Amino acid sequence: MQAIVVEQITKSYGAKGAVKALDGISLSVAKGELFGIIGPDGAGKTSLLRILATLILPDAGEAYLQDLHVVRDYKRLRSLLGYMPGRFSLYQDLSVQENLSFFAAVFGTRIEDNYDLIKDIYVQLEPFKNRRAGALSGGMKQKLALCCALIHKPEVLLLDEPGTGVDPVSRKEFWDMLQRLKSWGITILVSTPNMDEAELCDRVALLHNGRILAMDTPAGIRGSYERPLFAVRSDEMYRLIQDLRQWPGAYSCYAFGEYAHLALQQSLQGFDTQADSVMVELQQYLESRHHTGIEVLRAEPGVEDCFIASTKDR
Amino acid sequence: MEEHVIFTDKLTKTFGSFTAVDQISFSVAAGEIFGFLGANGAGKTTALRMLSGLLKPTSGIAMVAGVDVMRHPEQVKRRIGYMSQKFSLYEDLTIRENIRFYGGIYGLSVQTIREKTKKLVDKLELGAHVDALVLRLPLGWRQKLALSVAMLHEPRIVFLDEPTSGVDPLTRRQFWDLIYQAAADGVTLMVTTHYMEEAEYCNRVSMMVDGKIEALDTPGQLKKIYNATSMDEVFRKLARG
Repeated sequence: MQAIVVEQITKSYGAKGAVKALDGISLSVAKGELFGIIGPDGAGKTSLLRILATLILPDAGEAYLQDLHVVRDYKRLRSLLGYMPGRFSLYQDLSVQENLSFFAAVFGTRIEDNYDLIKDIYVQLEPFKNRRAGALSGGMKQKLALCCALIHKPEVLLLDEPGTGVDPVSRKEFWDMLQRLKSWGITILVSTPNMDEAELCDRVALLHNGRILAMDTPAGIRGSYERPLFAVRSDEMYRLIQDLRQWPGAYSCYAFGEYAHLALQQSLQGFDTQADSVMVELQQYLESRHHTGIEVLRAEPGVEDCFIASTKDR
Repeated sequence: MEEHVIFTDKLTKTFGSFTAVDQISFSVAAGEIFGFLGANGAGKTTALRMLSGLLKPTSGIAMVAGVDVMRHPEQVKRRIGYMSQKFSLYEDLTIRENIRFYGGIYGLSVQTIREKTKKLVDKLELGAHVDALVLRLPLGWRQKLALSVAMLHEPRIVFLDEPTSGVDPLTRRQFWDLIYQAAADGVTLMVTTHYMEEAEYCNRVSMMVDGKIEALDTPGQLKKIYNATSMDEVFRKLARG
């Protein structure tokens, strides 16, 4: 059984639907899967999650969670889904413990009933249990929000950008928690603007301007990259990128950390035999432009390369 | 010592018994892209607010563009540009109105504002949208426009507080092109970011932990010192302590 099914969902905002947030989105998520919706701000992530959380209505299309329809069955659906909105939405002037008790009461349960599920996360919050939620750090707020979304043991968990505004350390801890929740059989749909987090999901959909650019396992997405790719560096990154863009065989060149990724115009087919000579050619070209500290390597494309390639081609 | 456009010595800020920024000392050279990193709550924002004249330091020295932050915060504000993801442009004003508004705040003449508007709009290729509400612009365009507006009065220093959060990868790189261009023109840019690969684009990076600067060096050196393959790893090793 598919835990989440989305069929041709469309959503517009504004007068006469001037802003199209979702443009015919279809996807399905298997039970127990950790599925990522990856895209920048304005891609439509929040609209999709809010439709699935039964908070807004789609203009057209159907969506089901655990075979329940998001519009017709919204009341029954709400008790089996957990939703964590992008903006911190707990009661700032209630304590950690009070927030948790409140959400448990709303769902007709008690903290003790599903304590096993949240135990790993809650022990980190326990030292602060009497602190007002508004006074917690960003990472701690996220953990509390996750506890509140889990307190009624939902079958489907919808998380809207849990990593935004949270530092890399807390973000990593948060993803570790999601991996553990998977072992309880909970289906998780998580949205993020961070391409590197795609690798932590079982499958992802790359979302841009309300449309899905690609949907696959992270490895599948990377495997679909069609051009030869090199990682190049020199002592002057900005000039390097400018020079590489002017190189006759270049298709695109963008900074990726300490390297620049250079994609070639030709296709990958039969390229392996030429790779070495291209690398020598690149080295000579950059030397002629007086670069120092040159390094040219073949690069494996990441999900971010794929996203850039598919947005550039549009 | 004119080449150091930012200079601090034991700069400190306490709130009651809590020390948010604890005796930080560093300097930044003209034309440098300086990454200012740290976990949530490490003290980055407090430090940035002191350097931009918005918050009075408790003790220590901070010189920004040759001005003592403690004594002349208003002069500091006039000499710097500031942009953040959270606050940049007025959404219910048009591009032209935003430029006019900020130009007015910085005390530019009507004539100068008119010239700047044309130059800026041409550079960003926004000519067709100059009378469109900022609200209607894609986030990426907005961020590029916001950076340009923050530099309208030709400041020597620009503070960028998480300027690229949530922006798509392609636009993020176009934004960094603007940062590199400004640096090549001699502008000093101090950038906070949660994207560790962006830390690699900085000339030097400082890492704040619990109000102190725990490390400060080029990305290459930091990776060597902390025996790490990426800045992400450096960050995790430092922030975990």
